[in-house]
Amino acid sequence: MSAYQPDALVAADISAYLDAHAGKSMLRFITCGSVDDGKSTLIGRLLHDTRAVFADQLDALARDSRRMGTQGDAIDFALLVDGLAAEREQGITIDVAYRFFATANRKFIVADTPGHEQYTRNMVTGASTADAAVILIDARKGVLTQTRRHSRLVHLVGIRNLVLAVNKMDLVDNDAAVFNAIVADYRTFAESIGIEAFTAIPVSGLTGANIVEPGADMPWYDGPTLLGHLERLPVEADRAATRPLRLPVQWVNRPNLDFRGFAGMIAAGTVRPGDPVRIVPSGRTSRVARIVAYGGDRPQAVAGESVTLVLADEVDCSRGDVIAAADDPPEVTDRLEATLVWMADRPMVPGRGYLLKLGAQLVGATLSAPDHVIDVDTQREEAAATLSLNDIGVVTVHLDRRIVFEAFHLGAELGGFVLIDRADNATVAAGLVRRVVRAVEHVHWQDAHVTREAHAAQKGQSPRILWFTGLSGAGKSTIAALVERRLHALGRHTFLLDGDNIRHGLNKDLSFTDADRTENIRRIGEVARLMADAGLIVLTAFISPFRAERDMVRRMMPEGEFVEIFVDTALAEAERRDAKGLYAKARAGEIAHFTGITSPYEPPFAAEIRVDTATEDADAAAARIVEHVMGVWTHDL
Amino acid sequence: MVGLTHLQRLEAESIHIMREVVAEAERPVMLYSVGKDSAVMLHLARKAFYPATPPFPLLHVDTTWKFRDMYALRDRAAADAGMTLIVHRNPEAEALGINPFDHGSRHTDMWKTEGLKQALTAGGFDAAFGGARRDEEKSRAKERIFSFRTASHGWDPKSQRPELWRLYNTRHAKGESIRVFPLSNWTELDIWQYIMAEGIEIVPLYFAAPRPTVRRDDMLLMVDDDRFPLRPGEVPVERHIRFRTLGCYPLTGAVESHAATLADVVQEMLLTTTSERQGRAIDHDSAASMEQKKREGYF
Repeated sequence: MSAYQPDALVAADISAYLDAHAGKSMLRFITCGSVDDGKSTLIGRLLHDTRAVFADQLDALARDSRRMGTQGDAIDFALLVDGLAAEREQGITIDVAYRFFATANRKFIVADTPGHEQYTRNMVTGASTADAAVILIDARKGVLTQTRRHSRLVHLVGIRNLVLAVNKMDLVDNDAAVFNAIVADYRTFAESIGIEAFTAIPVSGLTGANIVEPGADMPWYDGPTLLGHLERLPVEADRAATRPLRLPVQWVNRPNLDFRGFAGMIAAGTVRPGDPVRIVPSGRTSRVARIVAYGGDRPQAVAGESVTLVLADEVDCSRGDVIAAADDPPEVTDRLEATLVWMADRPMVPGRGYLLKLGAQLVGATLSAPDHVIDVDTQREEAAATLSLNDIGVVTVHLDRRIVFEAFHLGAELGGFVLIDRADNATVAAGLVRRVVRAVEHVHWQDAHVTREAHAAQKGQSPRILWFTGLSGAGKSTIAALVERRLHALGRHTFLLDGDNIRHGLNKDLSFTDADRTENIRRIGEVARLMADAGLIVLTAFISPFRAERDMVRRMMPEGEFVEIFVDTALAEAERRDAKGLYAKARAGEIAHFTGITSPYEPPFAAEIRVDTATEDADAAAARIVEHVMGVWTHDL
Repeated sequence: MVGLTHLQRLEAESIHIMREVVAEAERPVMLYSVGKDSAVMLHLARKAFYPATPPFPLLHVDTTWKFRDMYALRDRAAADAGMTLIVHRNPEAEALGINPFDHGSRHTDMWKTEGLKQALTAGGFDAAFGGARRDEEKSRAKERIFSFRTASHGWDPKSQRPELWRLYNTRHAKGESIRVFPLSNWTELDIWQYIMAEGIEIVPLYFAAPRPTVRRDDMLLMVDDDRFPLRPGEVPVERHIRFRTLGCYPLTGAVESHAATLADVVQEMLLTTTSERQGRAIDHDSAASMEQKKREGYF
């Protein structure tokens, strides 16, 4: 294997070489297949034969190969591709690695993803920015379950340029019949899942046949080499220039009062000064006045460029809005159907609040239970209650407010989104918009003749939810009952919701799994809100272990009406008290999902009131809470 | 249909990334090391926010041992851009007189790794742009464009977020921060081509000129000032040299060269058959060294 050798033109005429390389296009592609298919060898081959590996890197590789010993004394190309020490030790790749090489016509970025069990998350991530996919098949094995799985995933994320590299042809005597049989087999499968076209190339990573140079061993093959084909593939992003204009506004540029520019990357279309545009969602129209750029204004800009537009009129437009072709704007919705690829270890919780980021828009979102999940091995649709790591399913997404979007097949820029967990800010899912969900029946929120303010005024108080949270046995119910008694004595209208009147009635159908706990709190929150709408001071005493759910209820309420009270008792102390004998049962394994033992408790970050039961007794705490609430009232009333 | 060139796409992507950070982060800052990658990054920032001045300061984590030409360009480039330049020197390293001649790897640890952490904490910066590229080193090939750091600036390769399409989840808790690499997808050749195309000023040390040098431990070092402790019998010799990368002058190996123009430099680079970073002593450790340094907070 030889290392980097420069193009002869470099030494002969560097200016000519640089001119030739100035107008290169750029193609991103993903390689799919397992180590056994010779994927790493193939990538190593591409890097070598396009002169992207240096002598010292090759030396280091040879040294590492001998040390690791996976290939005897031969070079192990997986080491060229594997990056992190943790992965090397385990002998697996756990992530997406990006490799670079170039020819005179094109710069390539290869997203290399592993073929083991994390395939879905990593493949979808790598494929999301790819123009093309190279799917490897071992000529000795033919089309495998894994081949079908990879093909479905790249098809799912909308990659239209598919290359089937039938590898290890040298091990099947470079036999055309073997190649043709595999291609025919794959074609039948591809058509069955809606893949319209693909290009099949017989290659050998080991000998290099048909990768960069035609293989002399396969005279029967007269198609392009792999690299030759990749050099000629259309760049997907270039197609977007012919679609109607979409510019998601990333940032408003206001250096002074005389200038207001809208900055963003053009997602689709072409823009010129004078073009009529519409701001979505507001619907206001204007015209493009200038395309402002560092070196001077530009006469035109196309999809894929980052620009700054100045409009002819003073129209409202901010981050998240989309500047679009006036006569063909994108849609707006607060409810959509999407395919989700779940990427977190923690499963999806239907009904829980997540954040959704699409373009430059960030909104609150709740998810329905999956309509179905898709088995990537069989393409079958199956029923499921939730989505776990690497699951792919279809859900309905309800948004806090309307967003601008397009169906994913029209473009990822306004059709792809991520979901973010509010608790730890992790990216938990990738989403692909399928369509808008139109409400079958519109539930109009009746304008009550007697308003919430009227209810409260009649009782002479401001509504509140006093939300007690803490471990089982912390003392929530005890303190809440004392607070209610004191408020009642002060002539306030109150109601206490606790396990006794909720778990045995309204929520008796719910278990203690995470999903049911979420639903439990959602219902309690809704009931508490209705009671607050009726003007009551509502006290709730539930463990309510998850921050996300407590915050969900907080968001239902007007600012200041939700008072979170953290009854803070150490687990050991709560367990020592164990008034109901529950901890003992949980320790004995008789109760599943017991908070503090087998299920987590997430303490509030910033509760309005914290009661430390080690230093404050229940009476004192109750008095303090009442004082806090009354103190708030004196300002309110 | 005529598509965009690779440089146009790379530029657009870098600008998109910078604008996203400015829109979402509370206090961004740009790490500026005065090298050619920093020069490109600064140029891209000026384009991204034009006609506004880039809405963040430049931060130079200084070791007091950079080349004199670097300090000169640093101050001029910041002034030209109209940006605030923060220069941070680890006061502890300054007090102890840490230097590359006497203190080996402590020099990098204290001035750069510790110095960077101090500067980011002191400034309350929640996002820092860096000029690293994925093609530089193996562990960087898997680095995200947005790299999350704990409150103590540590990096956990297993808890990084997937980056889909052009969607960057920049959300972080108080105290956590993000390192952002807008040049992730650029290669060394792309950088040089862009410098040529855009006429970006770089430190003259990238071009060959006669300079005083000594040869030591297989490295050709430039005697940039009189702090360079000459060994007995060592006499600086004037050689035609230039640098492929720039750092602390006592740690940065020069190459003998007559490449005096950008085209010459690119030609020489393309004719060289060893990878770029060989000139830097920091990479001569084990293959996993960069990853280890990153976990500890090195950029």
